[in-house]
Amino acid sequence: MNSLRVFFVGGLISYRALFGWLTPAVYIPALILTPIFQILLFAYIGRAAGSQGDEFYVIGNSIQYASVPCIFVMSQTIADERFFQTLGPILISPAHRVPLFLGRALPVILNALFVAAFALFAGGLILSITFSASSWMRLVPVLAVAMFSCTGLGLITGAIGLRIRETSVLSNVLVGLLLIFCGANVALSSLPHWMAEIGRALPLTHAIAAARAVTNGATLGQVQGLLGKEAALGIVYTIAGFGLIRFMERQSRLHATLERV
Amino acid sequence: MRTLRLLALGWLFHFRMLSQSAFDGFLAILWPLFFATVAFFMFRSGHSVGGLGPVALGAAVMGVWTATSVSASSALQRERRLGTLELLVAAPSNLATMLLSVCLATSTIGLYCIVATLIWARLLFGIHVPVAHPVSFILGIVGIVITIGSLGFLMAVAFVRSRRAWALGAVSEYPIWLVCGFLVPITLLPGWVRPISWVLGPTWGMRAIRAGAFGGNGLPDVAMCLLLAAVYIGAGVLLLDTVLDSARKHATLSLT
Repeated sequence: MNSLRVFFVGGLISYRALFGWLTPAVYIPALILTPIFQILLFAYIGRAAGSQGDEFYVIGNSIQYASVPCIFVMSQTIADERFFQTLGPILISPAHRVPLFLGRALPVILNALFVAAFALFAGGLILSITFSASSWMRLVPVLAVAMFSCTGLGLITGAIGLRIRETSVLSNVLVGLLLIFCGANVALSSLPHWMAEIGRALPLTHAIAAARAVTNGATLGQVQGLLGKEAALGIVYTIAGFGLIRFMERQSRLHATLERV
Repeated sequence: MRTLRLLALGWLFHFRMLSQSAFDGFLAILWPLFFATVAFFMFRSGHSVGGLGPVALGAAVMGVWTATSVSASSALQRERRLGTLELLVAAPSNLATMLLSVCLATSTIGLYCIVATLIWARLLFGIHVPVAHPVSFILGIVGIVITIGSLGFLMAVAFVRSRRAWALGAVSEYPIWLVCGFLVPITLLPGWVRPISWVLGPTWGMRAIRAGAFGGNGLPDVAMCLLLAAVYIGAGVLLLDTVLDSARKHATLSLT
């Protein structure tokens, strides 16, 4: 019961404490308007290049942009505790580490889900693409799995943030790599083979393919293979991230570097 | 002469400082490379008839705006956070000159990005960008650095009352890339967007650079680019005076 409380209540409190600065003045430009502009940018580049239709970019970019809240926020959720000098008290608390750190991921996933869904809705509206109600019903679980797997990657960056200072640079680099590799704007078949293989090992790639399929009428059952791969990647990244956090924690104890900022 | 000296020294000082920053230096160079790479793949897989040269050039220039948008917008906020804004305002030197030197330094960082993207395009994608008129090409690049730095100055002043000016700067990144025709021809955009692109200096700077690279007379575009830069600076100076007067009257400079 205590672990459940740490997971839900602790996760929410830490999110509110660390992201008190995420007011509408920041949230609206950074997480509402920018993804819409990204969709428009690539939709028009697509038109100029004569490559794909608008729907391809609306779906790809709305999901890919949600990696910003997933990776940035998740990494800051952990690394900022160090910046605010509160990491020490957290790590000496008797709370179990799994709910302590994974509980922080839940608000991140929910926020990213909203960002992706809104971008999909608004981007579609601007470019005159309508998704049916049944498509939305199938899209929501696809988006949820995508956000879960990407937050797993964010957990890894959060762990690395326990060792390096420039977490925002690292997060930007990962978001940029996802932009190239995850098939948001370039179909995997148009990438060199080795790049497509890397893309398949990254979060979002399978979810973007699944989202495109369900908006074209596929059922969730028909994309369960893609969703299964995405979820499996999410589990692998989450376990790796959690393991890395524990490793960094031990290293910081050994070398007395916990509070070094 | 004193103003020019302050501008030059301020520019040099901040340019060297920004060059050492992982966020303002390294990332500003790297970030547009991601977009350039995606754009190269998109144009390569599409059935566009034009070559990839203009795409490489547009992608290279995108970095100038990337380097400027966030850094320049939050320039005053950064001074406020460091506790140096009051000192700068109280100093006998003109704050506008100092701020302009910072913004020009941020846009100059974009030169690294132009070079990096063109090398990236050449080595990884085999894209060759010819330079038909070297003088016109260089003037175009100088013009776009000045006009983007000036636009950044205007944004820095306009967002001075915001504690989160960086977010406003960041949100402007994609619209400027799109509206100024870096990768997408302006004729492809809706008609109502075109007048917006005409009052944006980077639009003319991009035209000048393309003319310098692929042939054509880019000098009128450079002139337009510099004219708009002068307008941005004039508007920024007037706005800064108003904002500073207000901040002094209401004791709100620190926004605490």
